[in-house]
Amino acid sequence: MGSKRPNRRELLKSGAALAGGFTLGAVTPALGQTPAPAHEHPAMIKGSKELIAYGERSRFVTSVRISHPPGGRPSPDAFGKVFHVAAPLQDSVGVITPSSLHYVATTRGSFMPDIDPKQHTLMIHGLVDRPLTFTMEDLKRLPSVTRLHFIECAGNRHNARQTNVQETHGMASCAEWTGVLLSTLLKECGVKGSATWFVAEGAEEVKGASSMPVAKAMDDVIVAYGMNGEPVRPQNGFPLRLVIPGFEGIFSTKYVRRIKLVDRYYLNYNDFGHLDENPKVAALDYQIGPKSVITYPSGGQQLPGRGFYEISGLAWSGGGTIKLVEVSTDGGRKWNRAEIKGTPQRMAFTRFGYGWNWDGNETEILSRCTDEIGQAQPTREQVAKYWNVPLERNYRVPGLDNSVMPWRIGKDGSVKNGLA
Amino acid sequence: MGLLRVLPFLLLMGVSVLAQSPTYGVGRTPTAEEIRTLDISIGPTGEELPPGRGSAKEGAEVYKQKACAACHGATGIGGPAPALKSKAGPEVPIWQRERILPLRSPFATTVWDYINRGMPVGREGTLTPDEVYALTAYLLYINGVIPEDEVLDAQTLPTVKMPIGDDYASLPDWKPRTRRLRGYPY
Repeated sequence: MGSKRPNRRELLKSGAALAGGFTLGAVTPALGQTPAPAHEHPAMIKGSKELIAYGERSRFVTSVRISHPPGGRPSPDAFGKVFHVAAPLQDSVGVITPSSLHYVATTRGSFMPDIDPKQHTLMIHGLVDRPLTFTMEDLKRLPSVTRLHFIECAGNRHNARQTNVQETHGMASCAEWTGVLLSTLLKECGVKGSATWFVAEGAEEVKGASSMPVAKAMDDVIVAYGMNGEPVRPQNGFPLRLVIPGFEGIFSTKYVRRIKLVDRYYLNYNDFGHLDENPKVAALDYQIGPKSVITYPSGGQQLPGRGFYEISGLAWSGGGTIKLVEVSTDGGRKWNRAEIKGTPQRMAFTRFGYGWNWDGNETEILSRCTDEIGQAQPTREQVAKYWNVPLERNYRVPGLDNSVMPWRIGKDGSVKNGLA
Repeated sequence: MGLLRVLPFLLLMGVSVLAQSPTYGVGRTPTAEEIRTLDISIGPTGEELPPGRGSAKEGAEVYKQKACAACHGATGIGGPAPALKSKAGPEVPIWQRERILPLRSPFATTVWDYINRGMPVGREGTLTPDEVYALTAYLLYINGVIPEDEVLDAQTLPTVKMPIGDDYASLPDWKPRTRRLRGYPY
């Protein structure tokens, strides 16, 4: 190896290694060998300046986002506006959703604002001792946090017509967010005792604004500029967004430019969407309950034959960390403890697995979870029973739908929506 | 007696704890003008409302001029965008009527706020305060909330009695690490 080092250095100097498009590790051993004839090489990806500068996934990986719901309002629409876009959870591994596949939702349907971060500021004012305006540079000077958090749209609702997990659960995603805690900024401003709510407002054309309790601001809200190791992407709120862990997605204000501390619920347009007759339903439309779904095998996938499969899925809760995930492979008669992969994080996707030997018979597989404060994911039957209403086929679970999702395995290995 | 004597002192201590001094000294003080320009979220008291005025009659004209009908229909019904006028009358309970902002919202300020921040689509922010007052009056009028000749301005708008009254749920007093609904196991 030592004798090859000068060669590597020379290559680096000349730029030849970069032009070759291989990793350095692959180039080095090849130097001492007679090159094999080209026709014996496996298919190769030719290097290009672009691929060196910014990598691409394999052409064999074709997972993409889709408009949500299928047949509904398309994204983009005829004008180039984006409304609801679902992540391909059926292909997900681990707990992080790549930024390019993260679900997208906008207030009312919106163009993506093209914001110059040098021009962007966040102003905090209202019931504070010192109103302050922060530039992006200011924010990066302050102590930061990096945390995994899921975000989920209130429209993430499974029904009998959907065919796969992207349609049933794709309006949820999980990313690693980096930024300043809102509480850090609020302490700089000095929140007055009379402040009970804050209004957060974005810079997109409709200036989406939501009211949230100050208790949440002081607990765990992140003013995020980073996502999965890079700046937050425009579809996800570049250059700055709020992440409101565990609350319905609409609260996680994108393109955030202003936060006002106030003494009452402001009932702006986004808040109007949460207006309800029943205080119980209103409460359930706020913090997200414990929820899980099996992503493999899931709707539209095909089991090649009987034998071993690790059932894999995602669990999350607005109530904190996931404590327990259970899987049933017999339609919910027997529940088995699933293995949790890695260390569960608060209000973050948690990957689970369960080893299963499929005997080739028709069955139904399901998952359910319990969070750190003891909230348990219900079946649709349990929810209907709690509310004392008959369980009809199109029964709508109150609040964000966190009910158990069944997948039906056919004798032919097909996987279909168990609600159908 | 002892507690009463130290109480003012304890309260003072509480106040001094709340009035924290900045730790990092980062960020600058926005000017009053900057705050005024950005302060567009209109709360129920209407304290952020700008000067201006408008009536339903004027609003009907603005509705025509700004081509609101193209999306919302000539009478606030029948366009591709959300309906702005209820088909049902006041004899139908509010929660059984359609989910129409200028009818169901508990505050007329929400109607003003949304027109101002979000309309017309593609030309947001181009309406003058007078036009927003007038459109708000028009939408409230066609839903039977205010009479046709009522003039709305920064003083009268927050006092409009909306049909919902206080027949809507207040949100829970949220606290960290608590269930989303007390007594709800799921």
